[in-house]
Amino acid sequence: MITVTDLRKVYHQGNRDVVALDGVSLEVPKGSIHGIVGHSGAGKSTLVRCLTLLDAPTSGSVSINGAELSTARDQDLRAARRRIGMIFQHANLMDSRTALQNVAHPLEIVRTPKNEVRSKAAELLRLVGLAGFENAYPAQLSGGQKQRVGIARALASDPDVLLCDEPTSALDPKTTDEILDLIHDLTQRLDLTVLIITHEMHVVKRVCDSVSLLAGGRIIEHGRLRDVAADLGSELSRTLLPLPAAEPLGAGAVLEILYSGDRASEPMLTSAARRFNLDLNVLAGSVETLAGTQFGHLRIQLPDGADPAPVAAYLVEQGVSVRLAEKEAV
Amino acid sequence: MNFVDELLSNPGITKALPVALLETLQMVGISGVFTLVFGLPLGVFMHATDAGGVRPMPATNRVVSVIVNITRSIPFAILMVALIPLSRLITGSSIGPIAACVPLTIGTVPFFARLVESALRDVGSGKIDAALVMGSTRMQIIRKVLVPEAMPGLTAALTTTLVTLVGYSAMAGITGGGGLGRLAYNYGFQRFDTAVMIVTIVIMVLLVQGIQWAGDAAVRRVDHRNAAGRTAKVRRPEPDTAVGI
Repeated sequence: MITVTDLRKVYHQGNRDVVALDGVSLEVPKGSIHGIVGHSGAGKSTLVRCLTLLDAPTSGSVSINGAELSTARDQDLRAARRRIGMIFQHANLMDSRTALQNVAHPLEIVRTPKNEVRSKAAELLRLVGLAGFENAYPAQLSGGQKQRVGIARALASDPDVLLCDEPTSALDPKTTDEILDLIHDLTQRLDLTVLIITHEMHVVKRVCDSVSLLAGGRIIEHGRLRDVAADLGSELSRTLLPLPAAEPLGAGAVLEILYSGDRASEPMLTSAARRFNLDLNVLAGSVETLAGTQFGHLRIQLPDGADPAPVAAYLVEQGVSVRLAEKEAV
Repeated sequence: MNFVDELLSNPGITKALPVALLETLQMVGISGVFTLVFGLPLGVFMHATDAGGVRPMPATNRVVSVIVNITRSIPFAILMVALIPLSRLITGSSIGPIAACVPLTIGTVPFFARLVESALRDVGSGKIDAALVMGSTRMQIIRKVLVPEAMPGLTAALTTTLVTLVGYSAMAGITGGGGLGRLAYNYGFQRFDTAVMIVTIVIMVLLVQGIQWAGDAAVRRVDHRNAAGRTAKVRRPEPDTAVGI
């Protein structure tokens, strides 16, 4: 379990202070995958560096399974870091070491007996699907293979927590999915707690149980994936279930509706159309399965002159979130 | 008598040259080893104590840096003369190749240390971050990340340093160190024996070429940074431009 409490980081640049993290608190329960998304400059990189104490936070605390990192010094900090496995955007493998030697690196640090190092590293390479690549140098591996070695290395110290800093941002879409599936699979198999920092919403959709949106050094939205997705109008919901821009036809009222779970399978749109005897026009839509739940996000237009209020009320009655869309926003 | 016979009957070449070559190799070899022994830790220390190093110590770093710069700014010929008392103190003599190793080592250690420092600086900070997150100690970062990852650069630095030592050793020869420098000076300059001078130059050129060649080969051996390295030499097929349409 990862617990971050009121983490602040202020950089001094010349005479002015730059607040990179402005009181970040979050909790990732054991066995779950939490995503932190945000645009460049939101504080993602600073957060990763503060979580591992690569940069000392200005104030606040970081604890992993109850072990406090922020106040730990030298030996305690090193011991605590060994409970964390970390995956980097560019894998950060040692070029002078073979794949096997890279995976063995964290084991050598704690003076594991040589034969044990070898068998464990080979086993980890097998686990990430790289059996047979033991003697390959990083330069001879593809981006995805390097990241697999990075994952095997991160797991070598039997960590409780896996910290992923933009793990797929340098990979192509197909490799991205392979790596994400591997992380997901390993999380379940090894009962890891995972924190993924990313700017790709795709990563969150594919593997995360919960998500936080970081902006301006603060977490402005957070929650379980299905909850934030169901929150019509929230920033995360809009990015998880994006609607393409579409010009409304005519002057009819435009409604934005969001439904999830069982509702997704019920034909409430057609039943609404029948009930009010209206022709409903779907302007844009996005239907996805997130964290095992199906979601639909639609923008529908009523005919000219039709009153949207009763239609909206009916849909809300059906358990659907509805809001009147601003025409300009369409 | 042709030119070759003339050379082979010249005592400057038959008698003095082999001894001189041996003395030069002795000077380069001994001071090379000492330069490595003292220069590598010094370079590592300068990198580690610098801002952004594994153990930043700004004041100490500045002091060491100034000392290194002072040593490097003294021309070698002057340094050598200035260090004669020290050579005598350490080796018991101020002449001969062994005595010359003292100023040679002191002259090249700062030079090599700077090269080491810049080779270490080329190791990406991401690798150091990765090692820190593993829970590495500072010493483990130096021994398991910085030095091995910088090995191609360090090997190239050592090669450059050995080549520099060949040149310095020739200078040292003139002030009593012996070796090829001494030979060229005594025969070529003082006795106008052009043949000895030319042969000496040729041998020096071959020596430098040999060191450079061996050094480059060693760099290729330790460099695993690109896929087309020693272990995986893949020859790409020529593009099919010759085939007509």
